[in-house]
Amino acid sequence: MTLIKGAVLYGEGDPVDILVEDGQVAEIGELKKKTGQDVIDAQGLVVLPGFVDLHTHLREPGREDTETVETGSAAAALGGYTAVFAMANTDPVADNPVVVEHVWRRGREVGLVDVHPIGAVTVGLKGERLAELGAMARSNASVRIFSDDGMCVADPLIMRRALEYSRGLDVLIAQHAEEPRLTVGAQAHEGETAARLGLAGWPAAAEESIVARDCLLAGHVGARLHVCHVSTAGTADVLRWAKARGTQVSAEVTPHHLLLDDDRLNTYDPVNKVNPPLRTSSDTKSLREALAEGVIDCVATDHAPHAPQDKDCEWSAARPGMLGLQTALSVVIETMVKPGLLDWRGVARVMSERPAEIAGLPDHGRPIAVGEPANLVLVDPKATWTVNGARLASLAGNTPYEGMELPGVIKATLLRGKVTARDGRAVR
Amino acid sequence: MKHLLSCDGLSRDTATAVLDTAEALKQTLLGREVRKLPTLRGRTVITMFYENSTRTRVSFEIAGKWMSADVINVSSSGSSVSKGESLRDTALTLAAAGADCVIVRHPASGAAHRLASWLSGTHTSVVNAGDGMHEHPTQALLDAATLRERLGGLDGRRIAIVGDVLHSRVARSNVHLLTTLGAEVVLVAPPTLLPAGVNSWPVTVSHELDAELSAVDAVMMLRVQAERMHGGFFPSAREYSIAYGLSEARLRLLPDHAVVLHPGPMLRGMEIASTVADSPRAAITDQVRNGVHVRMAVLYHLLAGEEEVA
Repeated sequence: MTLIKGAVLYGEGDPVDILVEDGQVAEIGELKKKTGQDVIDAQGLVVLPGFVDLHTHLREPGREDTETVETGSAAAALGGYTAVFAMANTDPVADNPVVVEHVWRRGREVGLVDVHPIGAVTVGLKGERLAELGAMARSNASVRIFSDDGMCVADPLIMRRALEYSRGLDVLIAQHAEEPRLTVGAQAHEGETAARLGLAGWPAAAEESIVARDCLLAGHVGARLHVCHVSTAGTADVLRWAKARGTQVSAEVTPHHLLLDDDRLNTYDPVNKVNPPLRTSSDTKSLREALAEGVIDCVATDHAPHAPQDKDCEWSAARPGMLGLQTALSVVIETMVKPGLLDWRGVARVMSERPAEIAGLPDHGRPIAVGEPANLVLVDPKATWTVNGARLASLAGNTPYEGMELPGVIKATLLRGKVTARDGRAVR
Repeated sequence: MKHLLSCDGLSRDTATAVLDTAEALKQTLLGREVRKLPTLRGRTVITMFYENSTRTRVSFEIAGKWMSADVINVSSSGSSVSKGESLRDTALTLAAAGADCVIVRHPASGAAHRLASWLSGTHTSVVNAGDGMHEHPTQALLDAATLRERLGGLDGRRIAIVGDVLHSRVARSNVHLLTTLGAEVVLVAPPTLLPAGVNSWPVTVSHELDAELSAVDAVMMLRVQAERMHGGFFPSAREYSIAYGLSEARLRLLPDHAVVLHPGPMLRGMEIASTVADSPRAAITDQVRNGVHVRMAVLYHLLAGEEEVA
């Protein structure tokens, strides 16, 4: 039993006490400590539903030198997450029940966060023929999201079939929108910065054209579609249009695309290399507005650990991706809460409720109310912290926020009533 | 000056100082039987070439040797690079072995910048001898030296840079340097060979070579790499040559004093007619000759210069 003393629900109204018992919220009100209760002093803290990340790379199996289910789960718990979806681009690829069940089982063994494996849409992420979506959906891992993330399902016929087929399984196809013919050798957002730095361009239209195509395909076959890591103002416009005409499309934006822009590339430090690439400051502004408006449904980290030798090299040789789990909330506070684009209710919506709904997770993103699962995160909204990659829980340290002072400190995370992170330490 | 990484950010004063030194060195060596100065005796200069190159590598080597530096050439084949050593480790190794200056050519844009940041704790200077599609600062300096020589100065002069600007490090360095030195630059290319952000550059852009020639003081032809010809950037080599090649007929459109430059290697008959390349208007061998003096000047400013300029 845990008693949370004096937290403010969604940052609204007076502080209350929350009693957590048997994995659920048992009581809310002014409560007295009883013997046997673990007390969390939550004076001045905001309590939110535990976060759900639709886009995490846990690197297991295959690159356990950069992240494992265990270290990634710790990073997730410390970042306030109670559920994460692990992308399929592992080695071997998660395109079969054996790999997805391994990831799922490791997640349960570690127990810090609900780890839901994402299955590949196509065999080996090659985009040529559908993976056995049904076998993965019916496996113990109950895969509910499929994505070739890292690669785009570029063939329009394969994408159409994937969307069509997903309807019969009631699963979701999440697309990494990148027209490969328009991004051959691409290294950076195609624009002024890339032109000056001599980096091959990744045009916004390579993302936008695939999103537009997929929205039309999803509408045509009556399927749901999820768009990964929206990075351009134009994609937000396409989504606004598709939603207005009734397409069942949802979309995520990463914290780094909300905060960072391609001005960061001037040093050629590949810590800033990510796919899709950092765009312009005008894109970040549009993405923030689209997230506030609900055109973009949620925030997803695209947490992507990489080994030092894959980052501390020349730009074109570096792998794309950056850590995100432990910095996500702080970046959302910096970009959305501080400018007044979202209140704490809004944060709960984009980081917990909507992603849980999109993924169909019944026990996450629930209201903070009696009888609901105690998946909670306690945030100190006034405190700040300085990011130090070496001290993050991930094995890799490739954070673009190194040395930055960010607002908002996560004081505790609870998964079904069990404390998984407290005062900066993961608790197993 | 600790490093020479790009012409972007190179001040007019620094660039002019390097060009003046190059000119002085040229005069000093003129007519000498033994073309060797003792200036960099005891200094070690290492060239690290990760791309094939004849003229740039040889030019740097001669520059170093004429200054009495010990010059060592490392190429990516026949070194630990072919065993998979990272650029960072190779750089740290060469610095630890005692290199005073590392001259690097690399296919990755930004490679020289990365090298400089890895070597920031050492005394080793880095010279960018061409990084991907980014910059080739000594090429721009030798172009500027040649133009100064032929035109008497760059202020107010109009220079056309013609061809594959998109993939050209020579074009990028020249845009920065020539405009810093007061010249007007017009880029002439089909839209497919211009970068997306070119409108923010301090240049004018044209797609019509014939319309530009009568008003320029110099025309710099860029090489069209073989792989671009089949990359869909233009329909055919023939069509490119007709629209953007410097033919004899086009040479006649130029003012009498105008100079023709080419960074080499040339594709005769493609971007430049053979007779044009060999005409007295062409300063192509002057460019190569000045390249040695400019690189001597760069090494001098990096290794012998007393003051930390930038």
